[in-house]
Amino acid sequence: MKKPDEHDSHDQSHEHTHDKDMCRRYLGSLSDYVDGTLGDELCEELEAHISVCENCRVVVDTLGKTVTLYHQLPSPELPDAVKSRLYTVLDLTAYVPESRTGSEEDGQ
Amino acid sequence: MSKSDDAALVTRLQAGDQAAYAQLVEENASRIYRLALRMVGNETDAEDILQETFLSAFKAIDKFQTRSSLSTWLYRIATNAALMRLRRKEPEHVSVDEPIESDDGDFMPRQFFDFCCLPEEDLLRGEARAEMTRAIEDLSPTLRSVFVLRDIEGFSTEETAEALDLSISAVKSRLMRARLKLRERLSIYFSQGPIVSESRKP
Repeated sequence: MKKPDEHDSHDQSHEHTHDKDMCRRYLGSLSDYVDGTLGDELCEELEAHISVCENCRVVVDTLGKTVTLYHQLPSPELPDAVKSRLYTVLDLTAYVPESRTGSEEDGQ
Repeated sequence: MSKSDDAALVTRLQAGDQAAYAQLVEENASRIYRLALRMVGNETDAEDILQETFLSAFKAIDKFQTRSSLSTWLYRIATNAALMRLRRKEPEHVSVDEPIESDDGDFMPRQFFDFCCLPEEDLLRGEARAEMTRAIEDLSPTLRSVFVLRDIEGFSTEETAEALDLSISAVKSRLMRARLKLRERLSIYFSQGPIVSESRKP
């Protein structure tokens, strides 16, 4: 991680010492950048910008981390009772599959 | 499921084959329930949406066109059912025509706490995850639906566009806004030292 020393803004500071319009310009590209789908040229421009703009560097990194954290969020399971009521409502009780025991809810 | 598997299943569904109905339910119920739960945030409504989705799908199966995949079609029905329900509950927050390009003012980052450096155990603990779930629920339904399909369910941009009947650029724009909002929210959450340090208690 590059942390340019010349830029002494603190994490909590809202002070963008760089041209705010510049940062705003890249805002629309951040999501594509995080997905790796941003075009080469814009990608280079953005990387040049975040190498000198600490706030934008943090935004890019934490945006990527946000997406990763959500990817890792455990999925809620379909409870057996809900599933069984679904089959009843749909008039498919003859087809209820064997319920898998031990599939405990993940997390929380 | 491949297109040809889909086509075979559709033929059986359209012929009224009960086992085919059961197969459709078995293969998709968990994901539809998950999607509904993420969209509406409570189990009762999620269950209603799950049931509505399959009831509507069974009713409309004759009209199903194989150019879209069966599961995308089901997600479309489920998302519409979820949005309709949310619209009834909080009509002021659910506009189908939410402007796509508005001022970026709301989305301009304000938090610059670099939570990437926090230990994984702090980022992944139950309380943080509960906050992440609440943060999804606080997104407007139009942003939430895109975020849930793309970043939670792992749909491609194209699939999301198809399921929500949106253009690719609308999906991208809404996804960006959703992610920025969530990033802002998590930055605030993780920058609150006491909560983080609490996790370090044995």
